[in-house]
Amino acid sequence: MQMPEPDGAIIARRVEIAALLRAAVPDAVIDDPAETRAYECDALSAYRCPPLAVVLPATTEEVAAVLRICHREGVPVVPRGAGTSLAGGSMPTADAVVIGLARMNAVLEADYDNRFIRVQTGRTNLSVSGAVDGAGFFYAPDPSSQLACAIGGNIGMNSGGAHCLKYGVTTNNLLAVKLVLMDGQIVDLGGPMGEAAGLDLLGVVCGSEGQLGIVTEATLRILPKPAGARPVLVAFDASETAGACVAAIIRAGILPVAIEFMDRPCIRATEAFAQAGYPDCEALLIIEVEGTPPEIAEQLQLIRQIAEGFSPVEFRESRSEEESRRIWLGRKSAFGAMGQINDYMCLDGTIPVSALPQVLGGIARLSAEFGLEVANVFHAGDGNMHPLILYDANKPGDLERCEEFGAEILKLCVEVGGCLTGEHGVGVEKRELMTTQFTLTDLEAQMRVKDVFDPQWLLNAAKVFPLSVSASRREGRNDRKGTSAHAA
Amino acid sequence: MTGKGQARMRPESVEALAEIIRLTDMPLSPVGGGTRLRPGEGQGARIETGRLSGVTHYEPEALTLVVRAGTSLQAVQELLASEGQMLAFEPDGRAGSTIGGVVAANASGPRRVQAGACRDALIGVQFVDGRGEIIRNGGRVMKNVTGYDLVKLMAGSRGTLGVLTECAFKTAPIPQVSLTLALPDLEAGPAVAALTRALTGPFDVSGAGWLPERGALIRLEGLEGSVAIRRQTLAARLEGFGGLVEVPGMNWADLVPEARGGDLWRITCQPTEAPALLAALPEPLALDWGGALIWVELPPGEMPVLPSWSGQAQRVRGTEPALVPPMNSIVARLNRDLRARFDPRGILVGEG
Ligand SMILES: Cc1cc2nc3c(=O)[nH]c(=O)nc-3n(C[C@H](O)[C@H](O)[C@H](O)COP(=O)(O)OP(=O)(O)OC[C@H]3O[C@@H](n4cnc5c(N)ncnc54)[C@H](O)[C@@H]3O)c2cc1C
Repeated sequence: MQMPEPDGAIIARRVEIAALLRAAVPDAVIDDPAETRAYECDALSAYRCPPLAVVLPATTEEVAAVLRICHREGVPVVPRGAGTSLAGGSMPTADAVVIGLARMNAVLEADYDNRFIRVQTGRTNLSVSGAVDGAGFFYAPDPSSQLACAIGGNIGMNSGGAHCLKYGVTTNNLLAVKLVLMDGQIVDLGGPMGEAAGLDLLGVVCGSEGQLGIVTEATLRILPKPAGARPVLVAFDASETAGACVAAIIRAGILPVAIEFMDRPCIRATEAFAQAGYPDCEALLIIEVEGTPPEIAEQLQLIRQIAEGFSPVEFRESRSEEESRRIWLGRKSAFGAMGQINDYMCLDGTIPVSALPQVLGGIARLSAEFGLEVANVFHAGDGNMHPLILYDANKPGDLERCEEFGAEILKLCVEVGGCLTGEHGVGVEKRELMTTQFTLTDLEAQMRVKDVFDPQWLLNAAKVFPLSVSASRREGRNDRKGTSAHAA
Repeated sequence: MTGKGQARMRPESVEALAEIIRLTDMPLSPVGGGTRLRPGEGQGARIETGRLSGVTHYEPEALTLVVRAGTSLQAVQELLASEGQMLAFEPDGRAGSTIGGVVAANASGPRRVQAGACRDALIGVQFVDGRGEIIRNGGRVMKNVTGYDLVKLMAGSRGTLGVLTECAFKTAPIPQVSLTLALPDLEAGPAVAALTRALTGPFDVSGAGWLPERGALIRLEGLEGSVAIRRQTLAARLEGFGGLVEVPGMNWADLVPEARGGDLWRITCQPTEAPALLAALPEPLALDWGGALIWVELPPGEMPVLPSWSGQAQRVRGTEPALVPPMNSIVARLNRDLRARFDPRGILVGEG
């Protein structure tokens, strides 16, 4: 993977820049190379690069002070939440200051009558729901990484989760933010119902991958917890049948809170790892519905009727908390299970649901061609696929082959009318593929937004846009040439 | 509202539209049906989208619809209804309204409290910006974080960044049952407390408003059995507010009112702020979104005098544009600069 060559002049000033930062925010600056290593990568851990320095501010004003200095000195900045990005979104460059929000994790206000919570963005996703749970509320977007990932990162990537079929992704649950611009100016965006006069700036900041500003506070919509929830597991003897069943359920006007799909390789791996007791089948769906017991029964009866039209191998309804837990167990441990048996790369393309058979067939063909195994697990209701390509990091050339294979799958997703990424973001990982989905004019329009928020292209600039496409803008501040960064 | 002698253009293709914009140097006002124009808007030469109409793609089993911007809202709604589906954000119907105009206005009705606004259902756009460039963003799948979300930026952009030519939506099933319940005796202020009680419990309320003479209105939708259960539990929760009565055949579009001669103001706030605002205003024409939206009519030209609050008040019918409180200077700068990037010659005229 290519990364721009870091600015040697900035690297040479490391000690001086760290001193400037330390003068502004004492006790919050890390520049000892032994310690900055902890920030050298995110969850795309094949790629690493320790930053120039790391700052861990405690307040919005401190974030602004740090940005003012970096702006004045022309130092690139990489915002960081918990560093769980799967796309290299929070991976540093050697000339960048990482601004980590981990210390900013307070709940500022929980307002139940107006149904919102205001938090500092270093707070983890799960602990937002945790803070309102006692009052009978929850925060809906639930990425699988929710124990670790931070709200700031969720906003950066516009993250989703299993339950967003009903409740939407981050952008649909974000009402307002406090944003610090690269020049240190602090601005509030959004308002009641997420609205403010003028352009929807909140909407474009969400999902901008840390390139438009640093979000220090977020106002999030919270919802009253449903009375209960119950999953069913439906097993099929062909992936295509499972896909057709999903389409039929949606077509019938039923909107479960989640419809998750797993294929045989994925089931096999999770069974070996978690022993959830899944049936022996080609593909299975986990469908979850919510409500009071009679409401749940009403929905499940309809779902059963539809599913029976597709001759399932098994229709397993949960009868207890324990059975519900076991139905989810395999799905929730899928990534961990794959990690046990292999190195894997997790893709994130979205496809129109109708293209499912075609894409699964294409993936199987490519798998044979590249000689690498794939396990499929995904959010079936909204077409967001997570093919996991298995490879061996110790085998020379395997990672490169895996990446090529992944790129082919993503191109296939775009070809059938879908997109490169449904919830993980572009980062560095899918940056060079952007031209398969967008014309240069389309990309130019997006980059103009960054020109407005960050005219010098100092914020997380080597991400999202193909390097050659963003080169003139990035080089506007500095003369940089691309060199090859190597996998660690 | 078209002024006499005002130029009108109705391009037949996206390319023709792009060429007009590239070649012209006169102020342009992008217009769909011209039904949602605000004070000060629509004063340039009209560039109309009426000929850019028709459905490009509709896949009910994937809940996705792609439609050209000049298609009438009514045609879209009829097509969806024929498949048992709808636009969940419930834009109010107006004769001649186009889908592009709905998007440019981010027009969102009562179901916003449950299902989100127009911008939440919008999953893709094509538009021609003020440079005359044809730009796509988003797509036709429900989950998509590829690149910046210009889809959101275009929703509610009111023709100031470009002319929408195609819009893609996530559609929703029409609920099996829709039930409207009223607390008829409540005045606007006290109604907000009742609506809040309803919205803060597990009732999945899909409409929470208030109208003069009709009182507080609450809508429950879904499967038959489920609606019946929620109706019971909700009645118990609202006991202190008087008895809930059913309103058969309620038309929720009534919650988006028209002014009757004065200026129409649209005020957003947190519901708990609403009573203080209401105390400073004449009786509202309607409340929506649990009290987060106040519609009120004021005498022509008059500005509301309101205690400080977290939302905004905007004049949406009248002669002069007005916003209270005015936009913060940094937000205003970002708005201005974005417009300048997408329309460097400043030919797409919005209000003022
Ligand atoms: C095991 C596993 C499971 C996962 N499951 C899911 C899933 O189900 N759904 C899903 O959507 N994602 C998932 N992810 C991906 C990842 O967790 C999300 O992208 C998450 O939102 C990242 O949050 P973070 O705090 O770790 O952000 P980081 O990795 O630190 O940063 C992510 C991006 O946001 C920017 N950023 C961070 N904080 C701020 C801020 N305060 N202001 C501005 N920009 C900021 C960064 O610069 C970067 O571009 C998973 C990851 C792992 C490892």
